[in-house]
Amino acid sequence: MATSEVHIKDPGVDPATGEFKVIGPGQTFRSVTEKITRIVLTPHTPMSWFGLFGVAGAGVMMLLVALVWLLLKGVGIWGITQPVAWGFAIINFVWWIGIGHAGTLISAILLLFKQSWRNSINRFAEAMTIFAVICAALFPLIHVGRPWLGYWLLPLPLTMDVWPQFRSPLMWDCFAVSTYATISLVFWYIGMIPDLATMRDRAESRFAQYFYGLLSMGWRGSVRHWARYETSSLLLAGLATPLVLSVHSVISFDFAVAVLPGWHTTIFPPYFVAGAIYSGFAMVLTLAIPLRKFYHLEQIVTLRHIDNMGKIMLATGFIVAYGYAMEAFMAWYSADHWEAFTFWNRAFGPMGWSYWVLLCCNLFIPLTTLWSRKLRTSIPYMFVLSLVVNTGMWFERFVIIVTSLTRDFLPSSWGTYYPTKWDYMTYGGTLLLFLCLFLLFVRFLPMIPMSEVRTMLPGAEIKPKAAAEVGD
Amino acid sequence: MPPREGTYGLLAEFDTPGDLIRAARKARQDGWRRLDCYSPYPLEEAAEAIGFHRNKVPLLTLIGAMIGGAAMFSLETWISVLAFPLNIGGRPTYSWPAFLVPAYEWTILWAGLSAAYGMLALNGLPALYHPLFNAPNFRGRASMDKFFLCLEALDPKFDLQATKAYLEGFQPASVTEVEY
Repeated sequence: MATSEVHIKDPGVDPATGEFKVIGPGQTFRSVTEKITRIVLTPHTPMSWFGLFGVAGAGVMMLLVALVWLLLKGVGIWGITQPVAWGFAIINFVWWIGIGHAGTLISAILLLFKQSWRNSINRFAEAMTIFAVICAALFPLIHVGRPWLGYWLLPLPLTMDVWPQFRSPLMWDCFAVSTYATISLVFWYIGMIPDLATMRDRAESRFAQYFYGLLSMGWRGSVRHWARYETSSLLLAGLATPLVLSVHSVISFDFAVAVLPGWHTTIFPPYFVAGAIYSGFAMVLTLAIPLRKFYHLEQIVTLRHIDNMGKIMLATGFIVAYGYAMEAFMAWYSADHWEAFTFWNRAFGPMGWSYWVLLCCNLFIPLTTLWSRKLRTSIPYMFVLSLVVNTGMWFERFVIIVTSLTRDFLPSSWGTYYPTKWDYMTYGGTLLLFLCLFLLFVRFLPMIPMSEVRTMLPGAEIKPKAAAEVGD
Repeated sequence: MPPREGTYGLLAEFDTPGDLIRAARKARQDGWRRLDCYSPYPLEEAAEAIGFHRNKVPLLTLIGAMIGGAAMFSLETWISVLAFPLNIGGRPTYSWPAFLVPAYEWTILWAGLSAAYGMLALNGLPALYHPLFNAPNFRGRASMDKFFLCLEALDPKFDLQATKAYLEGFQPASVTEVEY
């Protein structure tokens, strides 16, 4: 199947395996370094960058307006009320954190599995993680109603002698998300130090030399340093792996620990983690496809990457499908009246449309088409599909939170949920805040890890002396 | 680093990683101990060649992990049992299974910070100055596409002329004297 659909003569295809090459042909240490550093060190910022940054900046202004109004008026400006007290804020929180997870998966888990193809995409996937966590962390903070008292979540020796309550999943969230943000940031920065040293050495303006010089901490590429650096990266990867699995598990405890039908289920932790990775890979594709086109990185982020990400989405998509199937099965098998009703209400109740949107976006469209290599390597298709999956995963959180809360045990307490314009402004504002941070990142920091890409180039092969003399 | 005068070492530049590794291995065999290799990407073989096999980063990480986990678990226990006991649905004050989640997160947090900052500290970074950057070919190429072997003046075998001739024997692209 692999060879029949592609042209063997295509220079981007490895004739031995029939797979696309991880790095396009003809790349050297110098060409890769120049390509990546030039994007940042050029004095000419593309006009389209300014255009997009303007749009994103306007979005951040909109977010600020929504937040200021929220601080003045309180969470009553949102659509949340009884019985749906969680609404958009928690949907967006879970959705954003989930998006972050693919970055950690790429940088940590694929490193442990020695999937070297990930080297080209891991830096901006990690950046995506950090920016997604920033957007995510905003929501619980503003959702507590009095964000200026958010520090009460931390075990600080305060004058009023009140301590936090460690049996609450909210506390667990606080530790899981803050650890996740810190470790992701440290992992990202440590990974960037050698590349910042390259930027320092190639920078021409005095300011850039100081800027990258200070950030690179005087890195000089000693092999002793590299040995410790490699150990440290592997350890951080080994630590980030259980961390990323724990973060979305802890977030799923927010739901699973409650007794509400539709939430109180043991499938949630693995199902949330798989869904997180699924949506995160979709977001990596959403970002990678325009980036490689705009900055002409097709030789470094090749079709192989797009293809492999499609395969991972196929695999995690099936785990998510298993989660949905188990929910339906348990609704019947548990013989629990409320559980069965919740499931029926999800699919056929007044908000049933959202469940079918979710199934179409997450299961029917991707899981039937991702089998085809032709579609997996079709850039426009994968871009559209990534948007579809992101939408689907947002609706998954909507379905879990809203449809479960609208109709619980007592019909007298049933209600409904309508988001207000402030909900939409806050959500749209974080999307554009994310874009804004991402644009700053691609403008000022090396978005592809040069030192890791160098290890995959033909120049990095260690030839025996005789061969080296003949070959060169 | 205290200001010094004179020569830091001799720096040989190579075009390929293979040449660097062969030269480094030979220099180590010939009794050089104050030497280092520089490469634009991790080159395990070169570290092996100059006799650098193990490092202390894993030990630091383990210590960090234990401190983090123990600190958070003790804090939770102290708060929930002694400092601020709360009756939450009749659960015991020492409800340790619930305490595992923050303790687990802190184990990872401290281990990760120890791995990252421990690595930097063991490497002697951040360093605002290093004499190697005085070599014009080192700056700009060591972080891109060239491979360097530095024999340092602190080695008892070091002699400016003899060592220069010795390095020339490896047929490097150039040999440069590096000043402090």
